Amino acid sequence: METLSLLATGFSVALTPLNLLLLFTGCFVGTLIGALPGLGPVNGVAILIPLTFAFGLDATSSLILLSAVYFGTMYGGRISSILLNIPGDEPAVMTTLDGFPMAQQGRAADALALSGVASFVGATIAVIGLSMFAPVLARAAIHFGPADYFALYILAFATIGGVAGVDPRKTLLSGLIGLMIATVGLDPISGIPRYTADSFHLYDGIEPIVALVGLFAISEILMLLEKHLKDRAAAIRVDTWIPSLSVILSTKWSMLRGSLIGFVAGVLPGAGASLGSVMAYTVEKQSCDKDGTFGKGDPRGVAAPEAGNNAASGGALIPMLSLGVPGSGTTAVMLAMLISLNVQPGPLLFARDPELVWGLVASLYMANVTLLILNLPMIGLFTRLMAVPTWALMPIVAAVSFVGVFSISNSVFDLEVMIAFGVLGYVLRKMDVSLVPLVLGLLLGGDMERNLRRAMSISDGDWSILLQSWISIVLYVMTVCFLVLSVWLALRDAKRDKARVFEA
Amino acid sequence: MNASRILALPAALATATLMSFAAPAQATECIAPSNPGGGWDFTCRTIGRILTELGLVDGNVQVTNMPGGVGAVTYAMVASERPDDPELIVATSTVGITQIAQGRYPAPVDAMRWLGMLGADVGVVAVKADSPYQSLADLTAAMAEDPGALTTAGSSAIGGWDHIRLLMVAREAGVTDLPAIRWVQFDGGTDAVTQMLGGQIDIVSTDISEIGGFVQSGDIRVLGFMSDERVPAYADVPTMKEQGIDMTGYNWRGLYTGGEVSDADYEEWVAKLETLYTSENWQSAAVEFGLVPIWRGGADFEAYVREQEQVTADISRDIGVIQ
Repeated sequence: METLSLLATGFSVALTPLNLLLLFTGCFVGTLIGALPGLGPVNGVAILIPLTFAFGLDATSSLILLSAVYFGTMYGGRISSILLNIPGDEPAVMTTLDGFPMAQQGRAADALALSGVASFVGATIAVIGLSMFAPVLARAAIHFGPADYFALYILAFATIGGVAGVDPRKTLLSGLIGLMIATVGLDPISGIPRYTADSFHLYDGIEPIVALVGLFAISEILMLLEKHLKDRAAAIRVDTWIPSLSVILSTKWSMLRGSLIGFVAGVLPGAGASLGSVMAYTVEKQSCDKDGTFGKGDPRGVAAPEAGNNAASGGALIPMLSLGVPGSGTTAVMLAMLISLNVQPGPLLFARDPELVWGLVASLYMANVTLLILNLPMIGLFTRLMAVPTWALMPIVAAVSFVGVFSISNSVFDLEVMIAFGVLGYVLRKMDVSLVPLVLGLLLGGDMERNLRRAMSISDGDWSILLQSWISIVLYVMTVCFLVLSVWLALRDAKRDKARVFEA
Repeated sequence: MNASRILALPAALATATLMSFAAPAQATECIAPSNPGGGWDFTCRTIGRILTELGLVDGNVQVTNMPGGVGAVTYAMVASERPDDPELIVATSTVGITQIAQGRYPAPVDAMRWLGMLGADVGVVAVKADSPYQSLADLTAAMAEDPGALTTAGSSAIGGWDHIRLLMVAREAGVTDLPAIRWVQFDGGTDAVTQMLGGQIDIVSTDISEIGGFVQSGDIRVLGFMSDERVPAYADVPTMKEQGIDMTGYNWRGLYTGGEVSDADYEEWVAKLETLYTSENWQSAAVEFGLVPIWRGGADFEAYVREQEQVTADISRDIGVIQ
């Protein structure tokens, strides 16, 4: 019961008026940043760091503020995914798949409430995991070598096939385009420029958030423009302002499964929230989508990825605190801040700075509750966004996208990249190619490549290293099972459809 | 912290979040050629803050983030648009010089005037606590015998600074076949250390500040510091020089300004930075950030930058990173 007494100490740290104020502000600002397309957790945290210095906050207070922002953005990212089909940040991509169709069916309130509760469940499970097992899990994560990470990404990509779209060939095409775009920039291993067209602007590769805003927000604007020219777009009806409790309760198992998968993805350094939400969604779809309702507004398709990405962001704090290895871009920025505040993350942090660690854990529990309370009443407000006519809403989306992207790097080049991706997104959507596999290829491709090449460097080019650890072998076996299962399901569905046609 | 500051905080946070980049034009500007939160960003923000605190500049120093091409975008901009702007300083470090040495910046070292370095992170060679290599001599002997037997790693790409300075050690120790030493890139020093603890690799070469926690916990052991003198926090670990390896491997943090800035303005900046360096404010800020305060300024620093570029270019040619 040592954990409980430490946690009690933590709550006494977190409950000071200043820390409470920081917590509340962080949650609110974070939700806002997450909801704005273009601004994600990395920007939110990075923008606030100079302020923590300016106000002379100590390490614990700074970390509480930044973690509240981090969790807040994870909650906020889903809002525009559901209402506008534009993910507010990278991990919220999966939420567009079923969240936006739900909103179109007049169930925006349900989707928002569901995602809020799922976020709460996911984040809470992660925080419980963090407070119970952090040091143990960190030690276990050490045994994941580059070859094992590569196997994990293979599994993730194998499951993408089932994510979206009717035509598997188009899904494959979209994923491959994403992987190709991920290769732009300095080669991670040798530092040689690849596909940069001699432009220094492309040395760092394509910033995923810039591509994301272009693909979703800009292409959405283009689609709407076209629709408006052809015919007046029908306003989306809103059936109810009040979310239904039974819908939320019906997804409890999806939330739990999503949380566990997300948490594991978060604990692995370098995997992070995007992988967490992808795996949560695809596993949910493979195991539950018996009637083909996923992608058409299935509440479980909202609950699982939202629980997954929030659990992953909580999980990512484990390698950050106990190993000093950031599990995501956001935790990397937080880590830099901790070091500059003279806090040394690593194996001794839990023993040396118990006030900081447990103060943080306690404030994360509180941030979750705060976010849930903050978010549920706002559902009515956000849902009314749907009533705003598109001619008024879309210019605002465009303006926010441009400002958001420009603010990341102060670079006009990024705006051009964003527009180019907007056009690409428009063309692909006209051809019924789902954008989600493309984004996943772009988000995960770089890490997949780096880990493969690290494994190759270690083995001096001997491919057998990929099958040398039991972790990899288990992951490959799971991949094969997934593929066999999806082919079998596809064949079965095709047969059933044929039978239906005959009956008709 | 008083009450008015506490009340001001949420308002400031909200405003800053939405408007943080609409800062008015100010006299002195420090460009961090990276995203907020990185090492160059901290250099600019810390030095900017202390310049103001010491009254060395009028008003505040505006920090601008201009990421791209590992600093190349900024380098190109300064060379072409603001080579004579005496109010502009740019954060850089060993990473920038490595890029220049390998021809990945749009202009050579001569295109800028190098003001000074104010502090440095110290490179180390570390092994797992139970590694068979108990001393640097054990390690270099093993490397000399079969350079390909060991897997080495750090936080840079092949030909990056972590790799180059490990090869400097190997070269000083008499290893001739440098390309045979296997190098694995990780995203950070701690990533490399955790992979070493997991048994994937044998040796890590990186900065001490990031991996210090693992040294203190006894998980890993440092075989030598790449510094002129012992690092106070690890006084029992010898330097490379003490062990007969004549090299230093600092990851310094410093500043440059445009190549056409006048001698008078250049000297004035060097003097200001030296004042800043000796201040208590900088000395404590540097140590907090895990840096050893080290000063090299003016002509001295220009020479140092050129020498480092030369050594890096030589080794890069040896291992085939450049022709």
